[in-house]
Amino acid sequence: MKVILRNPRRELDIEGNATVKEVLRRLEIIPETVLVIREGELLLKTDRVGEADTIELRPVISGGCR
Amino acid sequence: MKCKVCREPAVLEIRRHHAVFCAAHFFEHMTRQVERTIHDFDMLQPTDRLLLGVSGGKDSLALWDILTDLGYTVDGVYLELGIGGEAGYSSESLKLAAQYAKNRDLNLKVVDLAEAYGYTIPEAAAETRRVACSVCGLSKRYILNKEALDGGYDVLVMGHNLDDEAATLMANTLNWNVEYIGRQQPVLPATKEGLVRKVKPLLRIAERETAAYCVLKGIDYEVDECPMVGGNTGIRIKEWLNILESQRPGAKQQFLFGFLDRVSDQFATAQQEQVELEECSNCGQPTTAGECAFCRLQVRMSSRG
Repeated sequence: MKVILRNPRRELDIEGNATVKEVLRRLEIIPETVLVIREGELLLKTDRVGEADTIELRPVISGGCR
Repeated sequence: MKCKVCREPAVLEIRRHHAVFCAAHFFEHMTRQVERTIHDFDMLQPTDRLLLGVSGGKDSLALWDILTDLGYTVDGVYLELGIGGEAGYSSESLKLAAQYAKNRDLNLKVVDLAEAYGYTIPEAAAETRRVACSVCGLSKRYILNKEALDGGYDVLVMGHNLDDEAATLMANTLNWNVEYIGRQQPVLPATKEGLVRKVKPLLRIAERETAAYCVLKGIDYEVDECPMVGGNTGIRIKEWLNILESQRPGAKQQFLFGFLDRVSDQFATAQQEQVELEECSNCGQPTTAGECAFCRLQVRMSSRG
């Protein structure tokens, strides 16, 4: 599967199928810090991502002055 | 997973509420949380004229959407900070904010920092050798209050969310910065002439939820991080809190609301005793002494070689 990361924008390839939870664990990403999006749809941690899928891990933490 | 309300396929899990929602019931949940916050802290009256600080990010656009749907009249104000040059971060954020306002037929005023005040945030950071977030925060607080005051608005609405407030409280607690802790309130009343009442209706909503709201509603927002935010302490503290949250869902909310419900009054009293505000000798805005920090910054920027 192809994984798109932001800030900075980059792409990773991960072999095989996996649940969202497994993908995040493999990349050491805390689930609370991202939305996982496939073709415009939000995925839950139990959703399975296929070999041919592209998913975006969109960070949700904003920083700076508020 | 199924929506806890209707049993249709879910789109989002909120672990601290032990809940998963479909899109429709998630929107309902968000609206209820905002309504509850407004009610519990007595933030707004139905007839209030509201000005919202709009950044083009997920929080301010989600809040604009929710408040408008709730029937409030909310105008937006965007500060063009001059970050990233032409077609850079600030221009892109403005484009997204303006697009949203146009789509919903809402009023958005744009204040260009360079045109109106003679400097950009990168210039001010370089000149003062302070971190960009510090001069940016100072400029935003002053100008947003001024815009609300000059425009005759009753309330200035800010998009601070649960993560923002929990991280600020954590940062100030780690330093035992009693004065700042005392000022951290969901409602900052207009205690002095020249100050506009300020409220934070997203207090119960985590930033992951405002991002999900925008994605599900099809609201385009600025996803990229401000390029000047590198090394910002607030972001690091948010990351620590998220590690805690992942092991103990609800930790952030418990930390913030435990403070607000049980101890914030004591800090507020201590802060009032310590700080006596007077008028800035230049602009007349309330300040602790002499010329206010914003006027000092402006003088310094205008006297550059």
